Amino acid sequence: MLPILAPAVRRLQAIVPAATLVFLAFFEALPLGLPHGSVVMPLFTVIGVYYWSIYRPDLVPAPLVFAIGLLHDLLSGGPIGLMALLLVALHALCAAQRRVFVGKSFAVGWWGFAMVAIGVGALDWLVASLYYLHLMNPRPLFVQIILTIVLYPALNWLFNRAEMTVLRTN
Amino acid sequence: MATRGNGRVMRLAMPIKAMVQRFALLLLLAASGSLLVLSKADTVLTERARTAVADIVVPIMATLAEPVAAANRAADTVNRLLFVYRENDRLREENARLRQWRDVAARLEPENARLRRLLQAGVETQNSFISARVVGDSGGPFVRTLLLAAGQREGVEKGQAVIGDGGLIGRVAEAGQRSARVLLLTDLNSRIPAAVEGSRARAVLLGDNSPLPRLEYLPAGAEVVVGDRIVTSGDGGLFPAGLPIGLVVAVGDGGIRVQPLVDLDRLEFVRAVQFESPRLSSGGEFGRSGARR
Repeated sequence: MLPILAPAVRRLQAIVPAATLVFLAFFEALPLGLPHGSVVMPLFTVIGVYYWSIYRPDLVPAPLVFAIGLLHDLLSGGPIGLMALLLVALHALCAAQRRVFVGKSFAVGWWGFAMVAIGVGALDWLVASLYYLHLMNPRPLFVQIILTIVLYPALNWLFNRAEMTVLRTN
Repeated sequence: MATRGNGRVMRLAMPIKAMVQRFALLLLLAASGSLLVLSKADTVLTERARTAVADIVVPIMATLAEPVAAANRAADTVNRLLFVYRENDRLREENARLRQWRDVAARLEPENARLRRLLQAGVETQNSFISARVVGDSGGPFVRTLLLAAGQREGVEKGQAVIGDGGLIGRVAEAGQRSARVLLLTDLNSRIPAAVEGSRARAVLLGDNSPLPRLEYLPAGAEVVVGDRIVTSGDGGLFPAGLPIGLVVAVGDGGIRVQPLVDLDRLEFVRAVQFESPRLSSGGEFGRSGARR
């Protein structure tokens, strides 16, 4: 590759985590035809923010995470600011606790994510209940969090691929 | 952080950077909180912001939704092929029943027209519809909405009834230029004036985010049994009356539960009903309820 293109390529590479988050935010709002009684769209952006905040926090600054959460909120028809709040809090937690996760095995990462996802779910329920002034039925949220935790390995693998091939981190 | 050449400045810069980052985080958390409060307080502004974003985003969603819709259609085709014999029998039965109803309707239609003329009841207003494609879903556990790729430019307006194949699915909650958001009748905030088809008993259909909305505020003494059809009552002048909604599937401790006639999970194309409330139209000679003025 021409060395003259190196800075441009580096800039493009730097956008990859942000691009994945934007794509996931759109994906979360797609009509997949899932039966709403039993299945709720998993929180892919939570997985994304968790991963990138731990492994490349330099490429996903807090304002970007806020914007992704806001995008999700505006697309979802739910309370505006809810996902923004959850993702920023998640980002803060992950960026602060990076040392716990970086370099550890995949199982540790998954376990950590499960804990974090439950926390996010609890906060989601709390804020939504306050917002609607009504104790929300926790069951669909429960399903959503379980699904998100179950899908973590798949997305983790995808992000890992992206990191190894496109970002070439050391 | 770029080296400043001076070691002391570097040592000062790192804590400052950390402080700025922490401040940014707090600021963003506060901003999220403020947005939540603001969106609860000022719904007009919230609506405008959401519709503005939806207008921009809908073409992207439409493109992304296309492969998903194609996959769903393919799965549907496979499903239909697998159960083709059973479906065939069912359709034959239904066809026979519908033919009977058609004959009844054909007999009643001229009599109905004659009676209407006699009572000078006025012309039955024909509704026009705007077809729209579903390009987004709320996807959340607390909200049940759809995003449509049609807006005011196509004639979709806030408050219009939205129907699927066979019945009401919800109401247009927000309408932008090129997009619209539909509040499904199963959403927590959905309140639809309804009536029991046979007895014309008035009630309200309340959503609670579950697949089966509740029928409440029935007049005392009204009898509702499983199998009753629920339709829109037209009260409030927002919706046309008589739009089918669903069937009563449970009457008991959990309240009166209504199963919507339309499968709300597999919607690809819906129609918004352009309905002008008789009360709001000025100078009209014919009202649906009143006699000729």
